[in-house]
Amino acid sequence: MADPDMPSPGIRAEPAPPSDERVRDIGALRRFLSRPEFGSISGAVLVFVLFGLVAGDSGMFSAEGIVNWATVAAFLGIIAVGAALLMIGGEFDLSIGSMIGFAGMMLAIPALYWGWPMWVAALFTFALCAVLGTLNGYLVVRTGLPSFIVTLAFYFILRGLSLALSTMLTGKTIVSNNEGIALRDLATSDYLFSTLFSGHVLTGLFNAMARWGWIAARDGGSALAIGMPKVVVWWLVLTAIGGFVLARTRRGNWILAVGGDANAAKNTGVPVARVKVSLFVVTALCAALFAVLQVADAGSAAADRGLQKEFEAIIAAVIGGCLLSGGYGSIVGASIGALIFGVVQIGIGYTSIDNNWYRVFLGGMLLAAVLFNTYIRTRVALGRR
Amino acid sequence: MSVDYIVQLEDISKFFGSVIALNGVTLRLRRGEVHCLLGDNGAGKSTLIKTLAGVHPPDKGEYLVDGRRIHFKSPRDALDLGIATVYQDLALVPLMSVARNFFMGREPRRKLIGPFQVMDHELAGRTAIAKLAEMGIKVRDASQVVGTMSGGERQCLAIARAIHFGARALILDEPTAALGVRQSVNVLKLINRAREKGISVLFITHNVNHAYPVGDTFTLLNRGKSLGTFAKGDVTKDEVLDMMAGGAEMQALMADVAGMTI
Repeated sequence: MADPDMPSPGIRAEPAPPSDERVRDIGALRRFLSRPEFGSISGAVLVFVLFGLVAGDSGMFSAEGIVNWATVAAFLGIIAVGAALLMIGGEFDLSIGSMIGFAGMMLAIPALYWGWPMWVAALFTFALCAVLGTLNGYLVVRTGLPSFIVTLAFYFILRGLSLALSTMLTGKTIVSNNEGIALRDLATSDYLFSTLFSGHVLTGLFNAMARWGWIAARDGGSALAIGMPKVVVWWLVLTAIGGFVLARTRRGNWILAVGGDANAAKNTGVPVARVKVSLFVVTALCAALFAVLQVADAGSAAADRGLQKEFEAIIAAVIGGCLLSGGYGSIVGASIGALIFGVVQIGIGYTSIDNNWYRVFLGGMLLAAVLFNTYIRTRVALGRR
Repeated sequence: MSVDYIVQLEDISKFFGSVIALNGVTLRLRRGEVHCLLGDNGAGKSTLIKTLAGVHPPDKGEYLVDGRRIHFKSPRDALDLGIATVYQDLALVPLMSVARNFFMGREPRRKLIGPFQVMDHELAGRTAIAKLAEMGIKVRDASQVVGTMSGGERQCLAIARAIHFGARALILDEPTAALGVRQSVNVLKLINRAREKGISVLFITHNVNHAYPVGDTFTLLNRGKSLGTFAKGDVTKDEVLDMMAGGAEMQALMADVAGMTI
C-alpha cells in the first residue's frame, strides 16, 4: 500500500469501505424479473390463460388451431428477430413492410415474366434486399441522421417502387400467373425452392397422431392439419441463431455495445459502422425471407403486401424487452412477442369478440410493455429505486 | 540521456485556426512516475491529452516515445505503443455487465464447434474480477451491470481495463472531477497501485488537493503555456495552487469573496 503518500491536509486517507458489503444479493426472483424476456413471458402466459378460459373448447388449441396461430406468429417472428437485433444495436428500420412487398414482386416478376428458375429469382431477391439494407445502413452511418428518417424515406420509396415497377412490367399489382403458368406451380416444381420455402414438415408425425386419435383426421385417415408449415421452422431457427449470436458471441457483445453507447464502443475499438450496417442487412434479409415464404404460401405476390409489418415487428421487439434507446433486449423475447401477436390475432376469431378489438389490445399491450420495460430498467437493471 | 522518459512532448504547439491552443509546451513523463498536469479550465489540458493520445498531430514540436520520434496517425497507434487514455466519459456502457465492458472490443474467444467461435464469458468474468481485485476493487459478480456501480468504481474499472490491455503509460483525464471525497480517494489509491506496478501515469486535474498527495512531478499549464515542471520536494501545495490559478490575478478575485479559500 502506498497510503503514506497521502498525508495532505486536503484529503484524509480514510480506508474505503470494502465494496463487498455493498453488493446486494438480489436473489433468483429479482434476477428473473430483471431479465429482458420477463415482460414477454408473463404477457404470453397471460394471453394463453385468457384464451384458454375464453376459447379453450373452440378448437383454438387443436392441431389446426395451433398451426394457424403458429404460422401467423412465425411470419411476424422472422421479421421481429431482425427488428430486435437492429433495435438492440440502437437503430430502427421502418422500411421492413415496404421491403416485404418489394421483395415479393422482385421474386414473382423474374420467375413469371423473365423465365428465371425460382431458386435464381429467390437468390436475386435476397441479394437485392441485402443491397437495400446496406444502403439503408450506409446512409444512417455516414450521414449520422436518425435511422427513423432514413428508413422512413425507404418506407415510401420501396412501396412506390413495388407499385410502379409491377404496373410497368406486368400491368398488374397482384401477380400470380402469366401466359398460363401459375406461380404456385413454379414454386412447387423447383426442388431447391420448394424444399426450403414451401410446404410443411412433420407431416408423418401429424398423420400418426391422427391415427392414434390424438388429433382430428380427414375421411382418408390423414391428419386434418397437414403438418407444421416451414415458416415455423425458419422462425424457430432464426430465433435460436439470433439469441445465440447476441448472448454468446463477440458479434453479440459488439451489438450490445454499439446500441448501448456507440461512442464508447468506438473508443474501445468496436467497428461501429460495420456492425450497424450488417444489422440493417440482417433486417432486410429477414424481410426478404418473409416475402419469399409468403409468395410460396400464397402463390402470388402483391405490391401492397407487408403493410404495417414494420410496426408489428417493432412492437413485438418492444414487448420482448427491447429498449427504444438500444443496447438492451432479447431475441427470444421478441419471438415471444410475435407469438403473443399470433395467438391474439387468430384467437379472437375463435371467440365471440369483435375482430376490431385486436388492434386495441395490441396498442394496450405495447403501452404496457414500454412502461414495464422502463420500470424494469431503472429499478432492477440499474438498481435504482 | 541520463533520465529515462517514456513519453516526451518537446516544445509542442497546436493551433486551431487563429486560436493558439498550445504554445511551446514541454512535458516529460518519466518511467514509473505519477506526473500531474494541472491547469484551470481553458488551459489547454484537453488539447494536450488529445495530442498525446494521437487524436491531434502537433503543429510544431516533437513527440517522442521511448526516446524515439513518432508520428501518430490515429489513437490506435498510441495504444499499440502502450499509451492508453482514459477519457472522462470512460467508454463504458452502463447497461452491459462488468465482464462485457471490461472486454468490449477485445473479447476473448474459444472454439465451439469447427470454425464457430464464441465469446469466452467464463474467462472474461474470471479475468475481470481478478484484475479488478488486483486494483483493490472487489466485484463479486462479473455479470453485475456497470450502471449499478458508483462513479468511482466505474473510473477504477476503466483504469483497470486500460492496464490489463497493456498500458505502459496511462493518461487519466480528470478522473476525480465528478467524484465525491471517498471515491476520489479510491481512485488516488488506484493511481498509486498503478505506479507500484511500474506504470507511468499522467494525471490531469485542476484539483491540487487530489494531485499533490499522489504526484511525483507537477507540470502547470496556463493559457496554452507551460509554467514549468516541478518535483514534489521543490514546491509546496500552496505554491502550486497559486501558480495554477494565476497567482496575483486570483488573489484579486478572491478578495471579492471575503474569507474564501480553495
